[in-house]
Amino acid sequence: MTPYPDPASDEVQDSLWQQAVQVAVLLAIDPGALGGVRVRASAGPVRDVWLNVLRTLVSPSRWVRMPVSITDERLLGGLDLSATLAAGRPVLQHGLLAEADGGTLILTMAERLPTSTVARLTQVMDEGAVVLERDGLAERRATRFAVVAFDEGLSEEESLSPALRDRLAFELDLRAISPRRVNESDMQQMIAGSIEDIAGARTRLADIELPDAVVSVLCGTALALGVDSMRASLMALSVARASAALDGNEIATDDDARVAATLVLAPRATRMPPAPEPEEHEEAQAQQEQEDIQPPDSNDDQLDHDAPPPDPGENKPMEDRVLDAAKAAIPAGLLSQLLAGSLQQRASSGKSGATVKGGQRGRPAGSRRAQPAHGSRLHLIDTLRAAAPWQKIRKATLGADAQQRVQVRSEDFHIARIKQKTATTTLFVVDASGSSALHRLAEAKGAVELLLADCYVRRDQVALIAFRGKVAELLLPPTRSLVRAKRSLSGLPGGGGTPLATAIDTAASVAEGLRRRGQSPVIVLLTDGRANVARDGTGGRERAQSEATQAARQLSALQVPLLFIDTSPKPQQEAAQLAGAMRARYIPLPHAGAAAVSLAVRAATQDGAR
Amino acid sequence: MSLSFPFSAIVGQDEMKHAILVAAVDPGVGGVLVFGDRGTGKSTAVRALAALLPKMRVMANCPYGCDPETGTPSCEQCAPLKADRQTKSVLKAVPVVDLPLGATEDRVVGALDLERALSQGIKAFEPGLLARANRGFLYIDEVNLLEDHLVDLLIDVAASGENMVEREGLSVRHPARFVLVGSGNPEEGELRPQLLDRFGLAVDVTTPTDLKMRIEVVRRRDAYERSPEAFAETWRKEDEKIRRRIVAARKKLPDVDVPDQALTRAAQLCMALGTDGLRGELALMRAARALAAFEGHDAVNDSHLKRMAAPALRHRLRRNPLDDAGSGTRVARAVEEVFA
Repeated sequence: MTPYPDPASDEVQDSLWQQAVQVAVLLAIDPGALGGVRVRASAGPVRDVWLNVLRTLVSPSRWVRMPVSITDERLLGGLDLSATLAAGRPVLQHGLLAEADGGTLILTMAERLPTSTVARLTQVMDEGAVVLERDGLAERRATRFAVVAFDEGLSEEESLSPALRDRLAFELDLRAISPRRVNESDMQQMIAGSIEDIAGARTRLADIELPDAVVSVLCGTALALGVDSMRASLMALSVARASAALDGNEIATDDDARVAATLVLAPRATRMPPAPEPEEHEEAQAQQEQEDIQPPDSNDDQLDHDAPPPDPGENKPMEDRVLDAAKAAIPAGLLSQLLAGSLQQRASSGKSGATVKGGQRGRPAGSRRAQPAHGSRLHLIDTLRAAAPWQKIRKATLGADAQQRVQVRSEDFHIARIKQKTATTTLFVVDASGSSALHRLAEAKGAVELLLADCYVRRDQVALIAFRGKVAELLLPPTRSLVRAKRSLSGLPGGGGTPLATAIDTAASVAEGLRRRGQSPVIVLLTDGRANVARDGTGGRERAQSEATQAARQLSALQVPLLFIDTSPKPQQEAAQLAGAMRARYIPLPHAGAAAVSLAVRAATQDGAR
Repeated sequence: MSLSFPFSAIVGQDEMKHAILVAAVDPGVGGVLVFGDRGTGKSTAVRALAALLPKMRVMANCPYGCDPETGTPSCEQCAPLKADRQTKSVLKAVPVVDLPLGATEDRVVGALDLERALSQGIKAFEPGLLARANRGFLYIDEVNLLEDHLVDLLIDVAASGENMVEREGLSVRHPARFVLVGSGNPEEGELRPQLLDRFGLAVDVTTPTDLKMRIEVVRRRDAYERSPEAFAETWRKEDEKIRRRIVAARKKLPDVDVPDQALTRAAQLCMALGTDGLRGELALMRAARALAAFEGHDAVNDSHLKRMAAPALRHRLRRNPLDDAGSGTRVARAVEEVFA
């Protein structure tokens, strides 16, 4: 998965490192507008040195680390129990996000953050404040911070949530840099001068002018690279401004635009720009027409900028130079994907497992009166509420020495009720081999979508594994999103051999993973049951078949509800035997239509899984 | 509260703007759901709404903002006062209340006032967000990520217009009529159909693909972020114009005529789309009428129907997962057929 040829040359490593330091400097200048940085790096010396560089540059300011498994109470704030009991009135304890105000929030293993936590974090970032409505307390507390999200995901499936990525201006990849190329003490010396530059840049920042040409070239580059979100363009503007401030200029130049395009837009590219000629024309036109949609009272200097004439010394227009710089800065791994046109999948798969990890283990769902035991959590606020009406009487009976404290008795105890959801995930394992593949895939796709429409009523999920040739691939990770499913399922390829054993193994491991996350999987296998590719990828019907039977037996040990849909035109003995080996319900459906399949699955999940 | 981005400065996104204005003119349309891509300014538009709403008259000292007009639902405290015609009232901004993720149930519905209970031993009810939102708007960003137990609660209250609290020995009921406004990104999860049903209008927003427009969006947002006050000042007059139009439209609304032809068209449209029940038709009619009022027309015409068809109907279509076209496209197709 390393996007650079491994090992990268020293020059490449040095330039990557320079870029990382540049990002730290720019972020330190305007942390509020830039949001932060996503850093792809695992724990190690390079990451530590970079983090120390950043810390030196932003100091003195708060430096807050946020664990992945943080609770709402710690994240947003809640009732301070000991203070509340001591004071005899509710006392609020601020959460981590309020504490991080004016500082930097460090997220390690950010790819593991549950969707629910990311959503809370991004709401606070957008609002510039924590809006607290918890535990009988209501407060709005302004907070602004920069986020450093370390993305340690090994695959694209497992990477930082797109919602958070969208709000962080920068993306860095430190994985290709060898610890030998970076030296802590050299670094500290090198950046010693930057600290003053940053302080100066901060004071200049508010007065930096962004000429129309810079704005339109950045917007044009974003469009050409397929960067849809408007936040990216806006952050590119802020980076251009910070870069100009750092250089001591008053007006942002095309150099600054180049820096912004390289650092902000290039890593977000979702397509390679089309041929430059029409692009140029469009942009020139856009600039001309731009006057037309100026706001009504725009004659004040707020929006009135004089675009400097293009530098005659350069023979290429600014648009092209910025776009070229951005193109050159697209990370190698991303570039190859873009060129292969395979980014659609990647862009959408983003945070596949998130909805699962998101808290399906149970989110708080109120409380009930009970004694805390067996690991259940005391619900503080409701316990106090239960105790509150009795305070006068209890204090009276206890005498004067108990005046200041809140009297809590065991009968007041409330425990938090957690909604444990064992949501069903229906895992389709579809035979994409041979001639009937296209038909079968189309029907499986239809069945997946019909089921999703139904699942979405019950908040269940669907996943899909397709197998052909030598491999079985998880094409659709567990999801509840119809939108995402449709996108992943469009254009499934078909044809090739039947690696049935591999497919069954993959299904078993995915099902096991789901179960570990507190889900109940149901497997639906659509195949004619005739294996002809063995686990090691070699052909041979006999061995393939015996391996498939063996895999089937192993699968049966998981005791997952199974449905075997035989799709061959004439139901075969082998298929029935295989279904028997995995103790699946066997349904011959020679012309399995989407509706029939989804009906059968629904029947199976209702009496099988529930 | 920081200054929000002015509504009139939002570039493009006409469907979203119309839906929000329609809800401001006629809250009876039912809530607005804004679904769309990241970074399209969904919550910007909703928050901008607050600044557009004309003030409303409320009973003095009423935590629920009861309407002094007789014949409107009121809380236990105001009902006897109104019966005695002691309707002392004050002007108040229409509440646009945020329901943040991570909110706990006690703050949403209201609960025993802990402070007073602990310090003074008084059993008092502390109203929650639903009480504050009465007669105004309740906004939920990332509505599709809201916890299930809160969703259940909202569905219940939104349907009855009343919040009933039975907890900690308290038994309170108070009016909670609000316009539900939600936003979210469908990639992060679908919305429960029962909740979807509570929204009168649903809009889809996408990022502009036109360079001119994108430049303008970025420019304005940048200007706003650098100096919210100066930017708000630039747009104050425009926002003021919209506010006056809303006030005028509310006055005009009862007199806007819905000709038979418009009713027929709406029915045809719903039939062509196979929407369930009559709710689609009703929502479409109400929305079209509010739009007509906003634009100063005396009667609903085809243009109003056409523009409100997608927001009023797209979330009521029977799901056909095999049809790859988005629901908006399906509505557009039906509109073309019916109005051909």
